[in-house]
Amino acid sequence: MMNESAAKKTKKLSVIIFSLLILILIMFFVSLSTGAFQISPGDVVRTIFGNGTSQQELVLFQFRLPAIVLALLIGAGLAVSGAILQGITQNELADPGILGINTGAGLAVVLFMFFFSGQFAPGSTLAVFIMPVAALAGAIFAAFLIYVLAWKKGVNAIRLVLVGIGVNAGFSALLTIFQLRMDPQSFRQATVWLTGDIWNANWNFVLALLPWMLILIPVALYKAHSLNVMNLGDDVASGLGTSVESERRLLLLIAVALAGASVAAGGGIAFLGLVVPHIARKLMGPLHQYIIPVSVLVGALLLMVSDTIGKNLLAPTAIPVGIIVAILSAPYFVYLLMRTK
Amino acid sequence: MREFIHHSSMSKVIINILAVLAIIFSIGVSVSYGATNIDLNTVWQAVFHFNPDLTSHQIIQELRLPRALSAALVGASLAVSGAIMQGMTRNPLASPSIMGVTDGAALALVMVLAFVPAVTTAGLVSSSFIGAGLAVALVFMVGSFSPGGLTPVKLALAGVAIATMLRSITSIFSLHFNLEREMGFWLAGGLSGTNWTSVNILLISGVVGLLIAVGISKSITVLSLGEDMATGLGQNNGIIKLFGVVAVLVLTGAAVSVAGVVGFVGLIVPHIVRFIVGTDYRWIVPTSILFGALLLVLADVVSRLINAPFETPVGAITSLIGVPFFLYLARSSGGGK
Repeated sequence: MMNESAAKKTKKLSVIIFSLLILILIMFFVSLSTGAFQISPGDVVRTIFGNGTSQQELVLFQFRLPAIVLALLIGAGLAVSGAILQGITQNELADPGILGINTGAGLAVVLFMFFFSGQFAPGSTLAVFIMPVAALAGAIFAAFLIYVLAWKKGVNAIRLVLVGIGVNAGFSALLTIFQLRMDPQSFRQATVWLTGDIWNANWNFVLALLPWMLILIPVALYKAHSLNVMNLGDDVASGLGTSVESERRLLLLIAVALAGASVAAGGGIAFLGLVVPHIARKLMGPLHQYIIPVSVLVGALLLMVSDTIGKNLLAPTAIPVGIIVAILSAPYFVYLLMRTK
Repeated sequence: MREFIHHSSMSKVIINILAVLAIIFSIGVSVSYGATNIDLNTVWQAVFHFNPDLTSHQIIQELRLPRALSAALVGASLAVSGAIMQGMTRNPLASPSIMGVTDGAALALVMVLAFVPAVTTAGLVSSSFIGAGLAVALVFMVGSFSPGGLTPVKLALAGVAIATMLRSITSIFSLHFNLEREMGFWLAGGLSGTNWTSVNILLISGVVGLLIAVGISKSITVLSLGEDMATGLGQNNGIIKLFGVVAVLVLTGAAVSVAGVVGFVGLIVPHIVRFIVGTDYRWIVPTSILFGALLLVLADVVSRLINAPFETPVGAITSLIGVPFFLYLARSSGGGK
């Protein structure tokens, strides 16, 4: 019986993954061909195989392709981060954006830009590789702060979210103060970036982000069993022999690192990490070995679609992708909220 | 009856008188401090024996006095809005900024600025009311559609979600219509653009809103004991809530149209006030007026001091003061469930 249903699940998983990959591929071409400079899908294919004009090559390979790859990576990272956070807090409203982890990372990056903008040219290779580290430090600090402040003989899920909202507001206020002390150009850059934007996308960002995703997402998948056990509640989990606190801390670190790296490259994109795991759970049920891979694909797809919408909706005004994600997913969040007790 | 022992009428009166004195003093400090410091004696002269030939008198009359008065009125309006909301919903986290009311007003403002650039001040203020009303309606809709109503936590979360969404739409408008510089400082909350017109707007809306608030304060006390109890005592809760919502919209709408999004004043002031004067809204409302005014006048002074000669948005200052308070409330009220 068990094996049969597991086989069914695996089959369902492969069907869903296959359909999502097709959707991503279609949207990938739509995204590549739309924008201020239109390139027909046929020309996109021709250019990819090396037969485009030099202008088409420049637009595709230097601007659009890195931005799209970055969107895919960030979407996947935030989605998995959200899935882990929801698993370890047993709270379906947890999300790195709502909990203030994104803002913590953002604050660290803005402080980094504020104090070291003289030393590194913005967008220089060194700055690009240091930014995720700064963001990670900020994200870890935020997570630590939230965890400590929410601790009251254990961490209660609702208190965690409330404390997260408060910490988020505090970091935002500090961000505002530092931002206004910047010169106008960095100010504008920081504002756009903080609302969530795949800014200055180039291959360096992709290279800086790729190792984080390639290492952390498989580790998360490997730990799926622990997440499943934790979802049953702390008592059951320790009864089954999982050392809850240490596993929880490790998974928390992975989630925070994924969020931090994503924020460094994509700014504060809220709600994505909240909504995607829900969609994945709807499709595949509560087991994390299914939720995580589906979240990777749904997150990547959602962010790429949002990015395409943002670039084209009010062209030539480019709307930061974080705004589109918020408008698309906030109603879903409210809907979830209305259903929870 | 414990309240009576701890909060005798005499001590409440004394606290309110002290608050009035503190407000007068801090307005004096606010007016005298600035790019050129003007001593308190000159401030006194400029207010009561105005001489248009003196530059310092003109600075005070045209720039600093309206600013300090606006700060006081905005603070009072937001604090009373918060008190009404907390009393009516019996929810310790209810307040204009947490429930997205301020962001609704902001959205309406940016839309008007985008489509009708030549809008009059009155037009701006009324659009701000409408936007605030829209956000309140949204949050209440969420509340009425969820089984079991809005718990404090749900309210905070729904507010955050709705506020984020409204702010996102605001950003789209400001980016598309190149209003982001105007909106940037304004969204962070600030009093630098205030003048006598702002004071007049705030005074008119303030008198209307505060009168309603004082008028229904007794009924809010009854309502805060629970709706069933209030109905049992023969109170028409629908009418009271309607008046309460109107007061909140008028007060918050005017405050946002003048000072932008100033967070946490409406959340923390009623709590501090309740701690001092007890649970009777006939005392909470007037004391909130005074404490709200005091808080924002002081926050405005700090916002000019902290990074002089540049201004820091006053909303950032009130957030920094309000966050520890919010965290305390989150630990104590959200903890049990």
